[in-house]
Amino acid sequence: MFLAPVVWILTIAICVLFMGKFWWFPPPINAHGVAYDQQFALTLIVTGIIFFIAQMALGYAIFRYRSNGQPVEFSHGNNKLEALWTSAAAVLFVGLVLMGTKIWAGVHFEKAPADAVEIQVLAKQFAWAFRYAGPDGKYGRTDIKFINDANGNPFGIDESDPAGKDDIVNAALKVPVGKPILLVMRSRDVIHNFFVRELRMKQDLVPGMEIPFHFRTDKTGTFEIPCSELCGLGHSQMRSTMEVMSEADFEKWKKDQLAQK
Amino acid sequence: MATSATTDIWKGGDQPPGGGGFGGGGSGPGGRGVSRRASFTGLMVLLAAVLMFFAALTSAFVVRRGLSNDWVSTQLPSVIWFSTAVLLASSVVLELARRALKAGQRENFHRLWIAGSVLGSLFLIGQYMAWVQLKAQGIYLATNPSSSFFYVLTAAHAVHLIGGVLALLYVTVQALRLRLGPGKRTAIDVCAMYWHFLDGLWIYLLVLFLVWG
Amino acid sequence: MSSAAAHTAHQAPTGFIRKYIFSLDHKVIGIQYWFLALFSVFIGMFLSLLMRFHVVFPDMKVGLFETLWPTGASGGVMTPELYLSLMTMHGTIMVFFVLTTAPQSGFGNSFLPIQIGAEDMAFPVLNMLSFWTTFIALIVMLAAFFVEGGAPLGGWTAYPPLSGLGAIAGPGQGMGQTLWVVSIAIFCGASLMGAINFIATTMDLRAKGMTFMRLPLTCWTWLVTAILGLLGFAVLLAAGILLLLDRSAGTSFFIPAGLVVNDQVMNHKGGSPLLWQHLFWFFGHPEVYIAILPGMGVTSQVLSVFARKPIFGYRAMVYAIMSIGFLGFVVWGHHMFMSGMSPYSSMAFSVLTMTIGVPSAIKTFNWIGTLWGGQIRFTTAMMFALGFVSLFISGGISGIFLGQPALDLYLHDTPFVVGHFHMIMGVAAIFGMFAGTFYWFPKMFGRMMHEGLGKLHFYLTFIGVYAIFTPMHFLGIAGNPRRYADFKDVEYMAGLMSVHEFMTYAAFFTAASQLIFVINLIWSWTKGPKAPANPWEATTLEWSVPSPPPFDNFGGVHPVVHHGPYEYSVPGAPKDYVMQTDPPLVPGTVKH
Repeated sequence: MFLAPVVWILTIAICVLFMGKFWWFPPPINAHGVAYDQQFALTLIVTGIIFFIAQMALGYAIFRYRSNGQPVEFSHGNNKLEALWTSAAAVLFVGLVLMGTKIWAGVHFEKAPADAVEIQVLAKQFAWAFRYAGPDGKYGRTDIKFINDANGNPFGIDESDPAGKDDIVNAALKVPVGKPILLVMRSRDVIHNFFVRELRMKQDLVPGMEIPFHFRTDKTGTFEIPCSELCGLGHSQMRSTMEVMSEADFEKWKKDQLAQK
Repeated sequence: MATSATTDIWKGGDQPPGGGGFGGGGSGPGGRGVSRRASFTGLMVLLAAVLMFFAALTSAFVVRRGLSNDWVSTQLPSVIWFSTAVLLASSVVLELARRALKAGQRENFHRLWIAGSVLGSLFLIGQYMAWVQLKAQGIYLATNPSSSFFYVLTAAHAVHLIGGVLALLYVTVQALRLRLGPGKRTAIDVCAMYWHFLDGLWIYLLVLFLVWG
Repeated sequence: MSSAAAHTAHQAPTGFIRKYIFSLDHKVIGIQYWFLALFSVFIGMFLSLLMRFHVVFPDMKVGLFETLWPTGASGGVMTPELYLSLMTMHGTIMVFFVLTTAPQSGFGNSFLPIQIGAEDMAFPVLNMLSFWTTFIALIVMLAAFFVEGGAPLGGWTAYPPLSGLGAIAGPGQGMGQTLWVVSIAIFCGASLMGAINFIATTMDLRAKGMTFMRLPLTCWTWLVTAILGLLGFAVLLAAGILLLLDRSAGTSFFIPAGLVVNDQVMNHKGGSPLLWQHLFWFFGHPEVYIAILPGMGVTSQVLSVFARKPIFGYRAMVYAIMSIGFLGFVVWGHHMFMSGMSPYSSMAFSVLTMTIGVPSAIKTFNWIGTLWGGQIRFTTAMMFALGFVSLFISGGISGIFLGQPALDLYLHDTPFVVGHFHMIMGVAAIFGMFAGTFYWFPKMFGRMMHEGLGKLHFYLTFIGVYAIFTPMHFLGIAGNPRRYADFKDVEYMAGLMSVHEFMTYAAFFTAASQLIFVINLIWSWTKGPKAPANPWEATTLEWSVPSPPPFDNFGGVHPVVHHGPYEYSVPGAPKDYVMQTDPPLVPGTVKH
């Protein structure tokens, strides 16, 4: 029956498209990203094999057993086969997730190293804001009554608090390369999500929660941060960038920002 | 795999032949018996759903309580004790009514069943009074999370109980019209079971408020 | 639940209203649900075409848009808020009013009583009420399009605070969102009514000899689905009520303190957005099994009939259905890996999620095993069942990526997820409904469907859906974010627009192909050849009665069952199929 070649052709086309990587991940910029790509590749290979065999077998059954007057091979099943493919599936599926545990642990079980550069992230409808503590290493007190977006104070920093005088607030994220970064993520209104493709990570920013999120990058460059949780009508316009630069450039940038205040 | 356990507990009397009745659609030999069994299964399934609904509200309660520091315990209004006693009494009375009918004492059944219905309605009035008492203290639905849950849980329970009262009234009306054939026994048993369940659910909510509220 | 006097007095209902509108007959109610789903799927499909068009041509002026939505598309250009509201309603209507109605309440109502040998459902009046309550829920949902501000834009998942703050959070978030929540709450009630009927009927109304292990797999799926719905919708109802209170009564179940929205400080305090997600997904995950299990049952049924072979591993299939049902309740957290929930919970949910892949794999292997060694008859119903297997493999495989939180770190909220669930729900489940339609149309309407049109529709749709949804996986890998009205502001999306265009063309092509199905329905209903009682030479009880069956299904006779549901090509039997009600085969002549 024609369905058999249709299934076969579709299967082969899909496998070719996945193997060809025509639309694929951008290159990773950290060790986590490299590990991620390996786990993805492993999953792709395992599932690809299962996908290929299952679809091919389906097509084969359609083709071979089309009604031709041949007698039916009557059977109610085969317990041995059942046991075999059940255990194989269980081992493969659970095995895959256990192999990825290290990656998950690296992101969420381990705390950020003590020397991490801490940056506060604030998400709001529909923009990002990033705050650096400045040379005193302390963040100024914030309160929602001080919020003034038009004046560049989305965090609502209390002007009278001396610790806040040297806080740097920026619409884009700037980080030094090669150093651990700790983002402390908050939202002012609804749920948003911070996502950088090249980092291979994302995290929801949930109102009422302060969520720590740490990573490191090993390559410089500018990378896009598109909001990745539906936050309202401006969701598709809520985009910022993460610029990764050398430590020297990073310190210079901070100095320049302070000088402009 | 019939739920014959429930029919054993409730020994709803002999299986009369034919006749219209609760549930309908019984097929196969012993149609009446099947319909009675189906009614009990239906009730059990309904109770499972109600349980799940309150389980969801309970978990919301527990989570919300553990979350923030704005939880202010709600003092149970004094009328609650009275209405709880009334509800328990109504269950006892309805149970007595059911047994009276089984023993063939129709007059007794009438009186007890109506008494139970009245007590049940009294409970609802008591719940309303409890709300009035709370409002008099300035505690409303949105005042704080504890009061929110108090109102939501008591209202949810009351809504289910209104359904129960309507069922009781249905039986009362049928009884007054002398339409209490054996087919209606199932209706009475199911109503009573539903009522006792809501009773138990109320005790559970009370304990929840007392211990965790 | 009062007596259906018509039934117990064994008299058919008379009058148009009693026969077709407020009918107590499960067969009519099943068809009513089926029509409701058919109506809803065309609305849902139209919404998706609008979405696909806008993503690829966001700035094109279209007069029709301005006519339909003067505010949302003034000047003929769709605004992002309009796009998001269309997306929200697309998901909601498809999940609730298509996938949760036809497979279970549609076909289940039509055929559960007959397949178990009963005259009707246990509670016919409740059955009638459950349909009309669903109907009211649909009306309320559609009303959201017509109120000020329009339909809500928070997605079918309606996460607070966005969905809990009211109109201040965006257009459609006022009355539109309220109507949405109310509609869903009404729908919960309707589903609970249906679940009570399905469970009581299956437990108590089986004919003599119809043991549980002789039930057709369709009945097993309807039973387990009903249990999932019973427990799941109860939780959704609770969540919906709390959301409604947050929106209109100033409570703070889901909304925390200190929010500033649209330059205004919100008065809420202390609520948890994650609480909504837990409650919603506790329902939401069983919901997707509600959507797919009946389709699996139909597939098992159809594959066996048209391969002329018993289903491979009946017992294993039953256990798989039960495990999928049970495990479906403990995996909800896999929708929340990125939510801020404890990462340790995520690991636990992940392992459980992987285990649910096992019974699904068992079912797939058993379907192929059923075909193996068979004598396949390629009717349209069979084509769709075979298509179901292929699509279920594809859709299920992508789940193995998403079930790993490590990989979800990238793939969450990308079209990889959208491709996954569309393959399973938006395609495989729909193919299950097509298979059911082509298989049961003769029994429901008394006429045969056109096979030529059916096969043409099948091939175009099968290829079409692969064309639409396979590219979504690549978009996800490339980092396409989800629920975006357009991609003008994301630079890396520029290179992916050609993929979006391809998907849009495929979508329009596939949608157009559905016209063939509509033509087939109309032609078959009016001109199709009259259907015999058992056109497919199948074994289950519905094929032992005329097409369509008399109002009480078995004409007053109480069927007695002697066989399992899949006795095809039994060696030594007189025909290549043994109906469940056939007398027992003579021992010694038959090797079982």
